[in-house]
Amino acid sequence: MGPRIGVVTFPGSLDDRDAARAVRLAGGEAVALWHGDEDLRGVDAVVLPGGFSYGDYLRCGAIARFTPVMGPVLERAADGMPVLGICNGFQVLCEAHLLPGALIRNDHRKFNCVDQALRVESTDTVWTNAFASGQDIVVPLKNGEGGYVADDATLDRLEGEGRVVVRYVGDNPNGSYRGIAGIANERGNVVGLMPHPEHAVASLTGPGTDGLGFFASVLTALLHDREWETTRKATDFTHDHETVARA
Amino acid sequence: MARVVVDVMLKPEILDPQGQAVAQALPRLGFDGVTDVRQGKRFELEIEGEVTEERLAQLRNAAETLLANPVIEEFTVRVEPWARASGS
Repeated sequence: MGPRIGVVTFPGSLDDRDAARAVRLAGGEAVALWHGDEDLRGVDAVVLPGGFSYGDYLRCGAIARFTPVMGPVLERAADGMPVLGICNGFQVLCEAHLLPGALIRNDHRKFNCVDQALRVESTDTVWTNAFASGQDIVVPLKNGEGGYVADDATLDRLEGEGRVVVRYVGDNPNGSYRGIAGIANERGNVVGLMPHPEHAVASLTGPGTDGLGFFASVLTALLHDREWETTRKATDFTHDHETVARA
Repeated sequence: MARVVVDVMLKPEILDPQGQAVAQALPRLGFDGVTDVRQGKRFELEIEGEVTEERLAQLRNAAETLLANPVIEEFTVRVEPWARASGS
């Protein structure tokens, strides 16, 4: 069976079904998680989808961040579990301080809805290993509060450590500092981005299939881990066996 | 009963598109002489009983945790004088 990818639904989530569909199209098993869940049903990774959780009241993602499901998400993310935050999910990850910086209202104050060109700048994350470094992709971008902001020291650190995962190509669509569309944590298991890869997984319903790479990447990473686990267990067994034989 | 007010403002270095929109609308309506506008949030918290230092510390913690995002915002917490004086 393919790896199990949890997709969280908060009150006001919009893109949970598309995210689950993207997981399935990439070959994984999508597991629905509810904001009130206290455990993650044994999933191997989690997607926080787009939408307007809690009506974007207070600040985007500010209330979703404190839901019961976020407890185990934060805990396991710290242990290396892959987490992808898309749009509102990215805002939740920033509010939870799992990723640095914050998202504010677009500088032009209008809601954006475009097929957006992006450059994949880091392929050293579990969510982008399927891309070539510097590859240009097109996925939909749709939000009102997508301006990525952080202080200069944080921005310099992100750039220096190769943690700018995707950057806008062409005109900056929302005033994001340094054209940043998505970033990763230090370990590369947590990625947040404003554009929506889950809407670019089939040419009938999106601008193409470039978004599939994010979901294919995590499946590759998880299967690789699983193979490694299996190899390690087999090796342990051999060692035990040898020990027994020698005894 | 007392009232504690938490004022939240974007840090000066963070762009405020809403404030800019207001700043641009003012002269259009004939209100001249305003050189800049920053828009913030004000929370009025109705508190049971007396606002002790300990209580106030808790509320500062609440402001830092939920009401404001310290990454982009700064905040002040204060007891509303009239609410405290009235004692109601």
